[in-house]
Amino acid sequence: MSLTLEQVQRIAHLARIEISESEAGTTRDHLNGIFQLIEQMQAVDTRGVEPMAHAQELSQRLRDDTVTEADCRAACQAIAPETEGGLYLVPKVIE
Amino acid sequence: MINKSLKQLGAALAAKEISSVELTTLFLDRIERLNPEINAFISVDRERSLTQARAADARLAAGQGGPLTGIPIAQKDIFCTTGWRTTCGSKMLADFVSPYDATVIARLHDGAGMVSLGKTNMDEFAMGSSNETSFFGPVKNPWDRQRVPGGSSGGSASAIAARLAPAATGTDTGGSIRQPAAFCNLTGLKPTYGVVSRYGMIAFASSLDQGGPMAASAEDCALLLNAMCGFDERDSTSLDRPVEDYARDLEKPLAGLRIGLPKEFFNDGCDPAVMAAVQTAIDQYRKLGATLVDISLPNSHLSVPAYYVIAPAEASANLSRFDGIRYGYRAPDYDSLDDLYMKTRAQGFGAEVKRRILIGAYVLSHGYYDAYYLQAQRIRRLIAEDFASAFKACDIIIGPTSPTTAFKLGERTTDLVKMYLSDIYTIAVNLAGLPGMSIPCGFADGLPVGLQLIGNYFAEARLLNAAHRYQAATGWHEQRPADIDLNG
Repeated sequence: MSLTLEQVQRIAHLARIEISESEAGTTRDHLNGIFQLIEQMQAVDTRGVEPMAHAQELSQRLRDDTVTEADCRAACQAIAPETEGGLYLVPKVIE
Repeated sequence: MINKSLKQLGAALAAKEISSVELTTLFLDRIERLNPEINAFISVDRERSLTQARAADARLAAGQGGPLTGIPIAQKDIFCTTGWRTTCGSKMLADFVSPYDATVIARLHDGAGMVSLGKTNMDEFAMGSSNETSFFGPVKNPWDRQRVPGGSSGGSASAIAARLAPAATGTDTGGSIRQPAAFCNLTGLKPTYGVVSRYGMIAFASSLDQGGPMAASAEDCALLLNAMCGFDERDSTSLDRPVEDYARDLEKPLAGLRIGLPKEFFNDGCDPAVMAAVQTAIDQYRKLGATLVDISLPNSHLSVPAYYVIAPAEASANLSRFDGIRYGYRAPDYDSLDDLYMKTRAQGFGAEVKRRILIGAYVLSHGYYDAYYLQAQRIRRLIAEDFASAFKACDIIIGPTSPTTAFKLGERTTDLVKMYLSDIYTIAVNLAGLPGMSIPCGFADGLPVGLQLIGNYFAEARLLNAAHRYQAATGWHEQRPADIDLNG
């Protein structure tokens, strides 16, 4: 497998990481090098093998539906780049 | 004092030979003097550490101290701390101050009464094997300052090796405790997945990440693990198990211990000088009464490829939270919300982190999920099953921690695959979720060699026992770098 520059830009958009035209070539070469390593997996016959998502086969633990955490809104907003009136500010989304 | 073990320091504090404030000052002074050259710490706050030390002294004076109360420790900068900033080695979090403490920090500090000396340097978001991906610059290996300390817990390793701290916390997703421990002549333990809480430990690959102790000896690691571990309802993968004393079996004789030697770890991919030290260690184990068993982990060569699908896939999801909205870096100029995301992430992440996010986004994308992500998860099961079969014939598995000793700074930054293969013996352990250790086992051309010990699930006490008996018989772990000033 070998990624094209267009594919690299498409993945970068999916990941919301801007890649300049000058960086794209190097990025493609690095990724292709890594995928060469990854491709070793394709030679393995894994038919019938159940995918293993996690080290411990546990079902998700549930807790009671009650409030356990204290209000930390002020502390959490204090570290945001931009807030106003208790809200996080983002650039205008709807014209 | 700076060369003492945690047990000895605990005894000195209990006997009032030294106070926690004096001990903390001793290490803070060393950090001030030696850190500018080694770069092991990202953040130090003398007053904050001394405040903790005063509280520890008060606790000791009131007779409410435990075995670790008043002893200083360095914290990997992946653990959220109130007070100190938590950067995770990234520009993205360069000014981030967490509103809460990680469970590991709370247990060591509030629970055990240990004193934090500061936050240690690391590869950005723990993605690296040399500490060279840190936004805060590379860390030097105290054994040879032209060489890397390993990664990603390289700052923690370097700090202990230079005796800027008697112990440190680390995290291990693919070898990030064990490989730097090997490169810096330390003892490091990655516990069974789920034993140490991940709450407040910044996520890289959630199904693989596990925190653990790094120190000079197995005995010290046992004491630290006792303080770090335990069920935490705030971590959905934390295991609710009975409390164990991990130091309980330290002195147990090794007679009858069955040690498995996987043939795949003893091939020509390993540096002959490293292999020679490992073979000598195996002979030592035989002298200590262990029986050697030849085993095979036939799929272990697939662990690196599978890891570089699974870990980036999980990372791409975990790191999507860094969007410039709620905390962390935000690009100064942008013309839309999408542009804000794109530029913030382009400027806030370093090259290696971006590469891994891109790999993750690709293997999870439509049309590639089955061929890459599911295939990697199937191989992960094969790897875990290899270990399950092996542990029918042996109690622990032994081999090299890394195929080479510490390499030179800059040597592998352009050869990514060579960098990734530095973790070829450690990654399978994370995929299976097993406990693993690295202990010093000698030197090759003056550089430390690490011996890896792998146990079955929850066999930490057995690993620590095997490590401790070896350390009592050999003393490799007591060797210190020649050109580090160990006075004062």
